[in-house]
Amino acid sequence: MSGDSVAGRLSAPRAGAWARLSPRSRAALARIGWGIASVGMFAGIWELLWAIGVADARLLPPPHIFLGNIPDQARFFNTAQRWQIGVDASAGPSPLGAVGITVAATSMRVFVGLGIAAVLSVTLGVLIRYFTLLEKLTLPTITLLSPVSPIAWLPVAIFMFGIGNAPAIFMVVIALFFHMVLSTISQIDGVNRNLINVARTMGASKRQVYGRVIIPAILPQMLIVLRLNLFASWMVVLIAESTGVGFGLGQVIMLARNTFNPSLVFFTIALIGLLGFLSDLVLRQLQRRLLYWVPEATGVLRGL
Amino acid sequence: MGSDPFLPYSSKDAVVCRGIGKTWAIDTPRAHEALRDVDLDIRPGEFVVLLGPSGCGKSTLLYLIAGLEAQTSGQIWSFHDEVTTPSPDRSLIFQETSLFPWLAVWQNVSFGLSIRGVPLKERRAVARDALSRVGLVEAMDKRPDELSGGMRQRVAVARALAMRPKVLLMDEPFAALDVQTRAKMQDFLLDVWRDSGASVLFVTHSIDEAVALADRVVVFTSRPGRIKTIVPIDLPRPRDPFSPQCEALRRLLTEELRGEVDRAFAEQEALARTG
Ligand SMILES: Nc1ncnc2c1ncn2[C@@H]1O[C@H](COP(=O)(O)OP(=O)(O)OP(=O)(O)O)[C@@H](O)[C@H]1O
Ligand SMILES: [Mg+2]
Repeated sequence: MSGDSVAGRLSAPRAGAWARLSPRSRAALARIGWGIASVGMFAGIWELLWAIGVADARLLPPPHIFLGNIPDQARFFNTAQRWQIGVDASAGPSPLGAVGITVAATSMRVFVGLGIAAVLSVTLGVLIRYFTLLEKLTLPTITLLSPVSPIAWLPVAIFMFGIGNAPAIFMVVIALFFHMVLSTISQIDGVNRNLINVARTMGASKRQVYGRVIIPAILPQMLIVLRLNLFASWMVVLIAESTGVGFGLGQVIMLARNTFNPSLVFFTIALIGLLGFLSDLVLRQLQRRLLYWVPEATGVLRGL
Repeated sequence: MGSDPFLPYSSKDAVVCRGIGKTWAIDTPRAHEALRDVDLDIRPGEFVVLLGPSGCGKSTLLYLIAGLEAQTSGQIWSFHDEVTTPSPDRSLIFQETSLFPWLAVWQNVSFGLSIRGVPLKERRAVARDALSRVGLVEAMDKRPDELSGGMRQRVAVARALAMRPKVLLMDEPFAALDVQTRAKMQDFLLDVWRDSGASVLFVTHSIDEAVALADRVVVFTSRPGRIKTIVPIDLPRPRDPFSPQCEALRRLLTEELRGEVDRAFAEQEALARTG
């Protein structure tokens, strides 16, 4: 009987706390839980392979090794300053501070590049549909350039911008720009004719049709396109950084490769994965705030 | 205003169609004749119902009169002007719901006013008034995807009314509603129509609806759509659907339509066979 009441006292507040959470935060917690379970499962398999001797710790160090000594890995996150001649290797920020600076630098390049690409390409896409002459002048070239791999633009980035932030940002912009223009145009062509016709029967001018119907109508799809391209910009920025933009995660990967340091490679990969995940989360939140009228679609497929 | 001797019609008429033809995708292998040689006059304040088999070009005719598409032959006038572009004087209510999903209900209703730069307070007042006429003031601040299909269509009606059009073009606006709501909407439409003095051109598949609403019923042939007959209905409203006159009209319209629907089906089957 006393055991009963102890159990009751223990479990009641906990159940209460879970019940008191709003459905939304409960769903968020559940999502985080599944995320941890998913990553944990793969990490567990990896650890198991290591424990039975299949995975060689020198080539494929399991998570407990490459995450085991973070300060040790952080040593390699030299900011540009510390590589400069005449600067003592121990000068500059602490190792963890260096990781922070590196991560911030790379993320900044991704988001600035993404922002510039989004604004430029949506603007140009809308202008192309608005002015037929502009379409005839620019669309063939844009279509021609869109399949060119971003890697081919790397030398151009270095010729034009040397080293520093500019070439990395340029790479992100150029990697996204052309096909985001094309996708803006196809979104415009897909806008429900009736919505445009309603505005026209109410006396809307061409400018009003574009500003009040077409742009709000394409926004949801464009944000999805942006989210999909987020991952592409992470990839491109790493390529740009690995060729000597200064400092950044790409440079660390390059360093790890050149010094044959698998622990550092996996540590950096884990970091990049986490950053990609977090930035997708940020964009998803942005999407929810901005596109209040788009219903959340995931529920439709549940229970099939 | 007297009639202009150079115009082939009275400039007092709400809509005048002369020799209207429309071929979609003309000059391409997919050319498709939807309308042929349609002559139709709609007097001010008249309620005209278009009745015809599916695909005979009823929506097409409304698009032409609204000025959203150009006819391939013939001419259309509305009051003093030739129709070449859309105008707020001619409101079209579409067959499919067409509310802006990113705007609240009242903003949808007052969209046309915001185009003209009317201040917000006045817009809200007009929207409230128009929505009260369709019984949806409560839903004013909701978003369209929170409404049922029938409610959305009523919002579309309110939106058209808020423009105070002289000609109201309605493309099967009540087709998706249940019988009771539909009857209510018809009564309400007749009220609004009498108040506003607008002319109405109303497309429907429903013979009952045509008999309940029309001053004149225009029966179309199957595609290419031509006018087969025009049946005037000179009965006071509200009409008793079970009265002998209404029974007789329904029988007459059913007879007129039956042959056309059969022909439309035969044609579509033949098209399907040849691919
Ligand atoms: N935008 C378009 N482009 C090409 N063809 C069209 C277009 N709109 C309609 N048509 C064709 O014109 C014909 C008439 O179409 P319309 O929509 O006017 O018929 P409807 O009488 O309104 O039919 P329903 O009663 O089913 O709505 C159809 O054969 C259709 O295929
Ligand atoms: Mg139609």
